[in-house]
Amino acid sequence: MLRIVSSVSRPSSAPLLAVAKRRNIASTSARQADITLTVDGKEVTVPQGSALIQACEAAGSPIPRFCYHDRLAIAGNCRMCLVEVARSPKPIASCAAPATQGAMVFTNTPLVHEAREGVMEFLLANHPLDCPICDQGGECDLQDQSIRYGSDRTRFHEIAGKRAVSNKDLGPLVKTSMNRCIQCTRCVRFANEVAGVEELGTTGRGNDLQIGMYVEKMMDSELSGNVIDLCPVGALTSKPYAFHARPWELKTTESIDVLDALGSNIRVDSRGVQVMRVQPRTNDDVNEEWISDKTRYAYDGLRFQRLTTPLVKGPDNRFVAASWPDALAAIAAGLNRTGATGNEIKAVAGHLADTETLVVLKDLLNRLGSDNLASDLAGKYGNSPPVHGVDVRSNFSFNSTIAGVENADAILLVGTNPRHEAAVLNSRIRKSWLHTELVVGMVGERADTTYGYEHLGEDAKALEKLLTGKTKGDFAERWAKAERPMIIVGSAMAEHADGEAVFGMLARYVAASTNRVVREDWNGFNVLQRVASRPALYEIGFVPSRAAASATPKFLYLLNADEVDPSSIPSNAFVVYQGHHGDRGAALADVCLPGAAYTEKGSTWVNTEGRSQLGRAAVPPPGAAREDWKIVRALAEVLGVDLPYDDLVGVRDRMWSISPSLVRWEGVEGTSLEVAKAGLGSLSGIGKKAPSGEKMGLVVGNFYQTDVVSRASVTMAQCTRAFVTREKEGFNEVGKAPLQAHA
Amino acid sequence: MLARLARRLPRLSPSSSRPISVTAPKKSDALFIHRDTPYNNPKIAFKFDAPNLKRAQEIISHYPPQYKKAAVIPLLDLGQRQNKGWTSISVMNYVAELLELPPMRVYEVATFYTMFNREPIGTNFVQVCTTTPCMLMGSTDILNTTCSHLGGLKPGETTKDGKFTVIEVECQGACSNAPMMAINDDFYEDLTPATTKAILDAFAKGEKPKPGPQSGRLTSENSAGLTSLTSKPYGPGEFCQPEFQ
Repeated sequence: MLRIVSSVSRPSSAPLLAVAKRRNIASTSARQADITLTVDGKEVTVPQGSALIQACEAAGSPIPRFCYHDRLAIAGNCRMCLVEVARSPKPIASCAAPATQGAMVFTNTPLVHEAREGVMEFLLANHPLDCPICDQGGECDLQDQSIRYGSDRTRFHEIAGKRAVSNKDLGPLVKTSMNRCIQCTRCVRFANEVAGVEELGTTGRGNDLQIGMYVEKMMDSELSGNVIDLCPVGALTSKPYAFHARPWELKTTESIDVLDALGSNIRVDSRGVQVMRVQPRTNDDVNEEWISDKTRYAYDGLRFQRLTTPLVKGPDNRFVAASWPDALAAIAAGLNRTGATGNEIKAVAGHLADTETLVVLKDLLNRLGSDNLASDLAGKYGNSPPVHGVDVRSNFSFNSTIAGVENADAILLVGTNPRHEAAVLNSRIRKSWLHTELVVGMVGERADTTYGYEHLGEDAKALEKLLTGKTKGDFAERWAKAERPMIIVGSAMAEHADGEAVFGMLARYVAASTNRVVREDWNGFNVLQRVASRPALYEIGFVPSRAAASATPKFLYLLNADEVDPSSIPSNAFVVYQGHHGDRGAALADVCLPGAAYTEKGSTWVNTEGRSQLGRAAVPPPGAAREDWKIVRALAEVLGVDLPYDDLVGVRDRMWSISPSLVRWEGVEGTSLEVAKAGLGSLSGIGKKAPSGEKMGLVVGNFYQTDVVSRASVTMAQCTRAFVTREKEGFNEVGKAPLQAHA
Repeated sequence: MLARLARRLPRLSPSSSRPISVTAPKKSDALFIHRDTPYNNPKIAFKFDAPNLKRAQEIISHYPPQYKKAAVIPLLDLGQRQNKGWTSISVMNYVAELLELPPMRVYEVATFYTMFNREPIGTNFVQVCTTTPCMLMGSTDILNTTCSHLGGLKPGETTKDGKFTVIEVECQGACSNAPMMAINDDFYEDLTPATTKAILDAFAKGEKPKPGPQSGRLTSENSAGLTSLTSKPYGPGEFCQPEFQ
């Protein structure tokens, strides 16, 4: 049932042989009737098509397993899940056997115990006894299950020793110790089904079976770190985390990732004041069980380049450490000196600004009489209201919801490469593409997306051609007939010369195709944000008014704004930078105020769907750094502005009065059909001029370094060298250039 | 009486108890990862020639288009034949490209099946069967003869002139004519050390001896002569009622 990806998504020349069109065989959905069976004397009802192991789970009988995983295809090769079924002569692998009506299953009989013990003995026959030096120790399925189900003594007396397998170089993230591998093939199935890395597989047979790529090659995927979580033994472990901590030393904190706009649910594991690692937390509506490598590994950037104390630029243009009162007084003096009033006071919000701080900063600026609330969109676009407006949330949100991707039957990507802008969302599209008849079309620069797509063109003219029905081809036909069409507009379109044209033409198209793209049960108009702060930014209306946009700022407040264009800052302006890393923004400032990073503060984050989620503080901020909203609140006090809240509850009350959904964590509040239509209606008037035809480039050039945290991270720098600039030599180029190889 | 029995049994000392399996597990001699060598690397071009490409298309047409990958084994075999009897990385990559598969899917197949040689072999590929029926009929002699006659090879090695590669294989399904060996695509059966040498000499000269039993019997008929149906078969009408004669 799996479709083959390599030839379609990767730009290549024409195939050698003419091929008929590729189709799936299974396109009917599974029957949904329920079946009833008995597990350990307990009657349980499960949907038709469930595996026996799921029925056993439902009945509350735990089944040990290695190869079976809820989100991967069934392999049935570890044999650990054997159960006894009445009238079956042999124990049955419950993961590979379907639950059948009226079956009598026993999971706690001498036969089952013996079978598990036997399987465990075989698995351990070739497993090294190196638990004391293995990073998986303490969270190892094999360790736990051998204690629980294995034999208490060994019969292993092989003179020749155990199997030895060479380690593989999968890149700077995944450390391999292949002697420990029990060949469950979870990593192979993950790589092929979810991540789209079809180079991972098994070679050899029987005792010689090994996991690898056959040719020396690294695992080039944004999701590669997930194989570490999937590996039930210590064969695949984390390279950056190697030998750093044991699981029982770690304090876990459930939080939210902010390195892209998906708001993946994460668990931050910390020891003392340091974040030791980041792991995914299951949330079926957002990230299922996966997180991207940037989310997982950029945490070491939280240790370097940090601002730990307020800094004030002295007369010799060098930063001098200052106390908080001095720094705040210096800002007040700077504001006085420049004489900035009204819209000359400007705030710029950056990638990692949290919602609380944005609200407080907006209140402060508004009370100072300014509406000049910019963001660090590329070029001049941050200085004016975004093209899609901020009045209606559905105009800038991912309205179909992330889980809704699985319902779409045609997806049109406009100026976006989800693989780099939202890697986990991309795996959803791939999942849907593999298992349904989904077709994907793309307007924008070609990219390897891990699923097949039809490339329609690179500029707004190509989009216009498609929307007016002038495009020929398979995708255009399917798009015209699609029942649940989905348009995904990249956030880069708000920073593009043809942005108005694109939003205008899409809005008119949606309005013209009544009850197709946007209707009661389906909203297929989506904007995919790539920056964690922007949905909240737009939600609270942190945008400049038209009058403010034209004002020349004399006083700038950069809140985590590191992507701001230095040439847009007048040389005589007084600049304050508030943030956690000494990066581009801090270099521009007259005063730096050290804030807290996302692992150090409890704050609200709104993801691209408009889902607000609560991040929690895992570790304290370093040195004199403080929670961001408190800094702005303290500054307001020094500037003599009275803000009506002093504590977090007060700030969240204020957020509630701006938009109640901001503090209704963990849910998405959809936009009603009328409002969504009105929102699109407000866009349909813009961009009526012919588009300029400027190419829609890839907005994320280097997936591994997109913000201050990942730029400061050593691991991300290594990934950049390995996967982006490919400085590391010593592996051959089979997969990358198969065509040249035979030319 | 029990005491006498005990004396006659060899004494079992606890320290001499041995596990059942005392032989070292036989590991495959092949490597299951690819390492570039001057003679085997992806830069060496490989392509089907015109007749083979036609055959490949014919093979692919046997399968439904969405299951084109089913043709991977026949195509690898075709590639192996064209590539002097071994499957190089370029052959695998080419087959992957032809079937629009990720190359790893082809590597998986090629490493799984032992009849795909992933290292170069000699012109004549001698596979001596040493499974039980052949062994009982003297295949050890045949293997030793083969190895010593070709200049003291060990199984798995190729002669210096590149004419022969000898390997030991499992049952080829010609047990009724044991002992046997397969040279290239042909079976040579009912071997003795003498006939083995003769066959090898003929191959060394570039001839191709007649395949099949070397003992002179026809296929797998009884080597001791017929034991039944020995009388003259009766003709039509014989033993019938007179009116039918």
